[in-house]
Amino acid sequence: MAKVHVTTTINGEPMEFLCEPDDTMLDALRGPLALTGSKEGCASGDCGACSITLDDRLVCSCLMLAVESEGHEIGTIEGMAQGEKLHPLQQKFLEMAALQCGICTSGMLVASDALLKKNPDPTEEEVRFWLAGNLCRCTGYDKIVRAVMETAAEMRAQ
Amino acid sequence: MNLVTNNKWIGQRTIRPDGMDKVTGRAQFAADTTMPGMIWGKVLRSPHPHARIRSIDTSKAEKLPGVKAVVTSKDIVDFPVEKGAVMLGIQDMRWMCRNVMARDKALFPGHPVAAVAATTEAIAAEACKLIEVDYEVLPWSIEIEDAIKPDAPILHEFNKFDGKPSNIVGRLEHKKGDIAEGFKKADVVIERTFTTRPVHQGYIEPHACLISVAPDGKTTIWSSSQGQFMVRAMTAYLTGIPQSDIRAIPAEIGGGFGGKTIVYLEPLATLLAKKSGRPVKMVMTREEVMRATGPTSGSKSTVKIGATKDGKIVAAHGTFYLQAGAFPGSPIRGAAGCSFTPYDIPNLLSEGFDVCSNRSKVAAYRAPGAPIGAYAVECVMDEVAEALKIDPLDFRARNAAKEGTKAAHGPTFPRIGYLETVEAVKNSPHYAAPLGDGNGKLRGRGVASGFWFNAGGESSAQVNITEDGNVVVTTGHPDIGGSRAGIANICAELLGIDYRRVSVIIGDTQTVGFSNLTGGSRVLFASSMVVTQSTEKIIQTLRERAAKIWEIDPEAVKWEQGAAHPVSPNAGQFEPLTLKELADKAPAMGGPIGAGVQLNTAGADGGFGTHVCDVEVDVDLGIARVIRYTAVQDVGRAIHPGYVEGQLQGGVAQGIGWALNEEYIYTKEGKVDNPGFLDYRMPVCSDLPMLDCIMVEIPNPKHPQGVKGVGEVPLVPVMAAVANAIYNAVGKRFYALPMSPPKVLEKLDEPTRQAAE
Repeated sequence: MAKVHVTTTINGEPMEFLCEPDDTMLDALRGPLALTGSKEGCASGDCGACSITLDDRLVCSCLMLAVESEGHEIGTIEGMAQGEKLHPLQQKFLEMAALQCGICTSGMLVASDALLKKNPDPTEEEVRFWLAGNLCRCTGYDKIVRAVMETAAEMRAQ
Repeated sequence: MNLVTNNKWIGQRTIRPDGMDKVTGRAQFAADTTMPGMIWGKVLRSPHPHARIRSIDTSKAEKLPGVKAVVTSKDIVDFPVEKGAVMLGIQDMRWMCRNVMARDKALFPGHPVAAVAATTEAIAAEACKLIEVDYEVLPWSIEIEDAIKPDAPILHEFNKFDGKPSNIVGRLEHKKGDIAEGFKKADVVIERTFTTRPVHQGYIEPHACLISVAPDGKTTIWSSSQGQFMVRAMTAYLTGIPQSDIRAIPAEIGGGFGGKTIVYLEPLATLLAKKSGRPVKMVMTREEVMRATGPTSGSKSTVKIGATKDGKIVAAHGTFYLQAGAFPGSPIRGAAGCSFTPYDIPNLLSEGFDVCSNRSKVAAYRAPGAPIGAYAVECVMDEVAEALKIDPLDFRARNAAKEGTKAAHGPTFPRIGYLETVEAVKNSPHYAAPLGDGNGKLRGRGVASGFWFNAGGESSAQVNITEDGNVVVTTGHPDIGGSRAGIANICAELLGIDYRRVSVIIGDTQTVGFSNLTGGSRVLFASSMVVTQSTEKIIQTLRERAAKIWEIDPEAVKWEQGAAHPVSPNAGQFEPLTLKELADKAPAMGGPIGAGVQLNTAGADGGFGTHVCDVEVDVDLGIARVIRYTAVQDVGRAIHPGYVEGQLQGGVAQGIGWALNEEYIYTKEGKVDNPGFLDYRMPVCSDLPMLDCIMVEIPNPKHPQGVKGVGEVPLVPVMAAVANAIYNAVGKRFYALPMSPPKVLEKLDEPTRQAAE
């Protein structure tokens, strides 16, 4: 099979890569693009560990073909901090111990960021339903939900 | 005990040393690693639950372009069954060498029969399809009831029970007093039988490894596990490579809960790398994880408890049958040894039976066995309390084990905090709060308690002072849930410096002394003991250095707030010498400053917890939801409260999943029918409420910082607490897990049964 050439934007940077026609976006990110922050927990869209944004819309990168990124904007965990400055969600996850093993953390942060962009003042129920596509087996979600709510409150105050 | 008081860092919610890497996506888990020249390994797995392997022909696979190596059981070191056990930790290598790859028989669907390495993952998968295996399909059994029938197909013909070939492969008992005499004194006796289904540990990171073998045999393993030394030893045993030639480098681990205390891929990838001369990467799919790793046992338990009118338990009998899967080794010790332990019971018999059947070999899962036993015991406790018309917490308090109580599994308890956990629940805002109106749904509240042994064991640490006066701590235990944060707090506290000056790393097998698995709630207990002793040695060195500079006696120097000071004005008038200043002067004043300690740690006393749970049951849909939960635990001393709470909350969430939804479902063909997250259905964020924690802190007197293990206990009481709450809501008892909607509906349609017979 001949490889396909894809031109896209990742975390604001123009990018080009080669992939198989049936490679997922997750394969491309973790393979030729060497962005391994997105994790593969299931490859079936059930765990959310590979969450990215496609033109600001939250998607599971395991459910999207790499070629579909042609001409679009992809956002991954690697683009969340600005240089040395963490995103407020990243900072709050650290301060509030909202991670244990850390394998779901990239996906949780990308999904939480997408939520707060859409809804800066979510209720606890809205946070819980929004993050229902991101499995975490370590934390019991309590600290994650609290961290997202607290970040939202701080971001609104600024 | 010499507890540090006025803590600056112990007990603080500091930022974990590995946190930045994990929130930015930089952390390297096993599947994130690559190497130049790397190829991919894939496993061919048995489609049958039970089949004799007559022959395997790999010639077509070997000829496929891109294929670099094929291995079968012939390439793996054999540990003959008849030559007796070869134990490595809790694993018997006779079973391990057959579990990583089937030898004469395939014993479960998903059992590896061959492995291939090829230039791409797709070619390796294609090559697996070209391997021809001649199977003689045999009858099989999955469930305990079927496996222990007299005419059941026998998995291991060599095994005898009561003189006959049997799938019962082990039995243990804990005994105290005389139960027949005890039950005679009882006014109320309740006996019930319970079943639980196998559940998977459900770590989000599938098993993965990357392995490079040089032509001289020097082997490097990058993998996620709960113990790099376990990986090294098992890989060495199964491949014949000496341990000294294997360097196992621990990647970050994406969850384990006991399920990564065993190897599946590493020996296969090592052999493929050795044969091909290329680094080999192997990553399981989720389906492979569900079919061929973990889970914990399904079970059938019978528990009988007798008590007098005044609420004293006089006798108890528990029989716990646990599925081992394809090879012996179910956690009967946890089920039989932990379940009655919160109570002081004069006459007790607790028996465990280990039963093989044609499903994947069970792996440890958070307090292995204990949640299964506690589910049965704590549900019967609830029924006895009800029959006696005593509040379930008062009933527990009246029978609580305390200092001086002799547990059936051996120890006489020192100061323990069980009663305090019961009292903390009783005094909690949760227990005082009314259940409230369920708006058409039925609400109920339940309580339950639990115990786990905890563990000590081997641990090594190295603490080094850097040239700029900072600190690097190296330990040998993978950090699965924040142990680095606890270690940083302790080391900074002892040295009197900011915790951010302490870097904590997990050493690989060739750079730090032997350290046993991360498991059994032992890591912070053990590692903080060796880190404390190493740091104390360093403080001694620092005092000696200052004494030398000041030309006074080392005994006249004290270490305080990160600097050497004269103990009193009599010792001389000197400006304090800080860690940084002493590090600066190190080259001229005795050289590098560092210390290492290796210990077989002891004194990890058991842990107790008591939980209270509120549920809401929709009687039309059969859906039970946990609406409020409080977990109380004696945590010894919370070195990092944030991660202690995280352990409690995480354990509770797993228990709620086990109670309400999670189970392995099998097809008529004996295959797992729900091998993915969608159908297996672990709790998601919207399934759970906030999970409250109350930490009772009764420091462990045998640990320099009062540490007790905390990770396992939180799972132990959960299923019983949920079941007792559902009973309280709907007035019907559940004797089988999970209490999923179809089963709740079915139960609601049953005629009511007497509470006590």
